[in-house]
Amino acid sequence: MKSAVIVFPASNRDRDAADVLEKVTGAKPHMVWHGDSNVPDVDLIVVPGGFSYGDYLRCGAMAAQSRIMRDVIAKADKGVAVLGICNGFQILTESRLLPGALMRNAKLKFVSKPVPVSVEETQSAFTRLYSKGEIVSFSVAHGEGNYFADDETLARLEGEGRIVFRYALGENPNGSRNDIAGILNEKRNVMGLMPHPECACDPLLGPPDGLPLFKGLVEALA
Amino acid sequence: MKARVFVTLKNGVLDPQGKAIGHALNNLGFASVGEVRQGKVIDIELDEKDEARAKARLKEMCEKLLANTIIEKYEIELKP
Repeated sequence: MKSAVIVFPASNRDRDAADVLEKVTGAKPHMVWHGDSNVPDVDLIVVPGGFSYGDYLRCGAMAAQSRIMRDVIAKADKGVAVLGICNGFQILTESRLLPGALMRNAKLKFVSKPVPVSVEETQSAFTRLYSKGEIVSFSVAHGEGNYFADDETLARLEGEGRIVFRYALGENPNGSRNDIAGILNEKRNVMGLMPHPECACDPLLGPPDGLPLFKGLVEALA
Repeated sequence: MKARVFVTLKNGVLDPQGKAIGHALNNLGFASVGEVRQGKVIDIELDEKDEARAKARLKEMCEKLLANTIIEKYEIELKP
């Protein structure tokens, strides 16, 4: 599996993503600067966490307009897998690659802690190695992860099995509607989530619950 | 030409910041304060003489960047 990580000014989980990708693929991912026009020919593009462009205007709003995102959108439309984590999820919703929006946390506090997350859907390249209903522990670190979509969009997401991760055990850290932590696009090749699976891949840092996500991608996209 | 763009959350979209401001105002003794909604004001200088064209350009700016129309609405005000 060939991979790329997009780097924006103030991305800060780009190297965590790169570490995991190197660990599971054996090759360093391409690190692609936001001002570039093209993402190299890869199987997976990761839009990483951070505070791209200082969160000016709205989280992810400026990054969504960056030159590289035009090519990310074009490649996603062609079926290339795209994974947006945290700020990456915000960028994908602002780019309209994913429906809905991520708003200020309901309690207005930045939340940084591990949270229990249930795997709701395993029919995707991102979650094929998990079992349905499995509860994993991922850390969240965000002030604006409160997922919002209108009733009609929510009903579609629910009906089409596109809600992949939900905050579990009554611990919704941000007020997201339907406890949504991560969703898929219609073609199921684009996924965004607020928690950080890339930071749950080294046993030194806790249970490596994020590894199956990346290993599954390698199997599916190899 | 100068323009002022107001970006606010759509009705029905929760506004926790507005709520917190409302509580703070109540605590300061402004007992008559009901619901509070917070938004943004963006002032833009525009090299454009024709009002209709200016409005059309501003609308495009709002749709493309200034507002996230999934959660926000906008109003455009032109100033001579």
